[in-house]
Amino acid sequence: MSELFYNAVPNATRVAPPLPTPRHYPAHKPRKVYLFGTCVVDLFFPEAGMDAIHLIEREGIEVDYPQGQSCCGQPAYTSGYTDQAREVARAQLALFAEDYPVVVPSGSCAGMLREHYEDLFKDEPDTLKKVHALAERTFELTEFLLFVCKVQFKDSGAPIKVALHTSCSARREMNTHLHGREMLAQLGNVERIDHSHESECCGFGGTFSVRLPDISGAMVADKTRALIETGAHQVLTADCGCLMNINGSLEKQQKALRGQHLASFLWQRTGGAQ
Amino acid sequence: MSSLIPAVVIEDFRERAHEALADKQLRNNFRNAMDSLMTKRAVSFSNAHEREHLRALGNAVRARALSKLPDLLERLEANLTRNGVQVHWAETVEQANDIVLSIARRRAAKQVIKGKSMVSEEMEMNHVLGAQGIECLESDMGEYIVQLDNEKPSHIIMPAIHKNAGQVADLFHNKLGVEYTKDVDQLIQIGRRVLRQKFFEADIGVSGVNFAVAETGTLLLVENEGNGRMSTTVPPVHIAVTGIEKVVENLRDVVPLVSLLTRSALGQPITTYVNMISGPRKPGELDGPEEVHLVLLDNGRSQAFADSELRQTLNCIRCGACMNHCPVYTRIGGHAYGEVYPGPIGAIITPHMVGLGKVPDHPSASSLCGACGEVCPVKIPIPALLRRLREENVKSPDAVPRIMRGQGSKYSRKERLMWNLWAKLNSSPALYRVFVKAATRLRGLTPNNVGPWTQNHSAPKPAARSLHDMAREHMAKKSGASR
Repeated sequence: MSELFYNAVPNATRVAPPLPTPRHYPAHKPRKVYLFGTCVVDLFFPEAGMDAIHLIEREGIEVDYPQGQSCCGQPAYTSGYTDQAREVARAQLALFAEDYPVVVPSGSCAGMLREHYEDLFKDEPDTLKKVHALAERTFELTEFLLFVCKVQFKDSGAPIKVALHTSCSARREMNTHLHGREMLAQLGNVERIDHSHESECCGFGGTFSVRLPDISGAMVADKTRALIETGAHQVLTADCGCLMNINGSLEKQQKALRGQHLASFLWQRTGGAQ
Repeated sequence: MSSLIPAVVIEDFRERAHEALADKQLRNNFRNAMDSLMTKRAVSFSNAHEREHLRALGNAVRARALSKLPDLLERLEANLTRNGVQVHWAETVEQANDIVLSIARRRAAKQVIKGKSMVSEEMEMNHVLGAQGIECLESDMGEYIVQLDNEKPSHIIMPAIHKNAGQVADLFHNKLGVEYTKDVDQLIQIGRRVLRQKFFEADIGVSGVNFAVAETGTLLLVENEGNGRMSTTVPPVHIAVTGIEKVVENLRDVVPLVSLLTRSALGQPITTYVNMISGPRKPGELDGPEEVHLVLLDNGRSQAFADSELRQTLNCIRCGACMNHCPVYTRIGGHAYGEVYPGPIGAIITPHMVGLGKVPDHPSASSLCGACGEVCPVKIPIPALLRRLREENVKSPDAVPRIMRGQGSKYSRKERLMWNLWAKLNSSPALYRVFVKAATRLRGLTPNNVGPWTQNHSAPKPAARSLHDMAREHMAKKSGASR
């Protein structure tokens, strides 16, 4: 069928650009990694960052948390304050001097490092080399655990039903939307329940949530309703922006359901924190 | 230079969105309709590999056409002229309307029948012709419904998608005086009967154009109701109106684009009608219009064209998939945008047409979730363009080069200062450490009301200890233990 289309255009465009190939992962675990914790985790969900560290260390990998880190620059970038985002991004670029992988417990911040720093430094060829090298070794936590560490979890918890929310950046920038599912599937006592409109945004969108709170509020109301309707005991997500949005809304609505970062859940279910 | 700041910023997008969000019927109508359209699209692109190749091809075809746009437009004009089509150029909607009006006057036209055309919506053609005593009737069923109810389209493909069958039943019963029925087939038959007669009475038929083919001088029009074919063949005069970006190089380019268009829009492999219009009735032919005109409208498109990033906006083939998949559009509907083109594509194209100053909130009306870019058949990086427009929006109105009309419509010295401080804080480890320490120590003092955030959420409370603190302690312990 598609042959028809290739033949339908002249040579200049007959060869369609190649499809994005699945990401290539290193064959062996590294000795050491950097953790880029993200500002939301730093300030609001530090336990998620610590549990990410525990999970990685259990794989026999040393974790370095550079104390100079702050934010990836995304809030300014998506608000249109590009110069300010660049200033912050430049400071982060200076932190990861060694060639270790950079693991990020958030799809959107990992996506910022991997996909958007290139845009920020497009006019600086020398910086761009650094940016590309960083992008190459930046991993979202779930892909690092699954494809670099090749984790095999053993569930030690009681039976539980969970709903998994995937951030839009994990889904559409990092392509890590199936990774959480795959790791949860390794946990024998965990039943993951799909929720309605699962691929739809929770309404956070960074500053969008405070610029247009009516629309963002309608989105998070629908998302939390869908999550509650699953009857799950707990919500999981690998992105603390979404988590802050979803938990904040659930608490405001005085619902019992709460979300937790996937890293914490995985750590607790597999013998950690005991 | 302060005159560059728009004097009156029409800020009612938020109000309209607020009202739409409270309208349960409207919310349901959109949710159901968009769910159905998303499913249809997904089914029609069941082979992801083929879909992605086709999208890449669609993007390449459009990019190539835009890369030689002036040349293609000249070739289009030459070949259309050779075919007997009269080509008119309009920089503004006023000029486009003047062209249509002068043709109508010359033909002493009283009635115009229209196929579906979003460019004619840009021109507000119905209103302009109506003011001159020329009746302009919409013949696309959805357009007919919204015209009957004195509304504007709420979707570029399905203009009446905001209404359900019951609401159309009420409308037909009240406005046409027909017996009340909620049966969709019967409702369509009622509409078709009214319109059928009008096709024969009309002095002029107006249509849009999906693709204008430069190589052959062909105007391609896809549709499902047959009203497009009737509008372009029955009346003695056919006027096609289109944007300058709709040109493609040759007929072969059309093949992937039509497939992408119909599948992305409605999940159809192809539309019921594919009209290829290449000139007026020739001597000896039994039917077809005596005159065919093409009005090529700029209306801000050349502003987008001039910037290599913003130019990608003009890839658009008007399938509407971005709005079908947009969580914002799905919730507020098309009318809340208050302009001809709603949803993500509307948010990136409208600022070129009317200036950022008239639609300052449009680029912000997105969580940048990326669903629009994921489904766009010609791979317009819509989220990236929304972000770019935000940048243009918060620039100083005086900043050069001035790329967009209405640049800096959201410029605020206070907000800029705030982001400058934010940047200092986050690029200086020492300052950041002090900030985090203060935030965690003083967490008890976090106010319960923090503006718009607490409208939808409980007040955010920083953790008692930061990850910086916890990680430092953890690592110190580890290195102590290993020694």
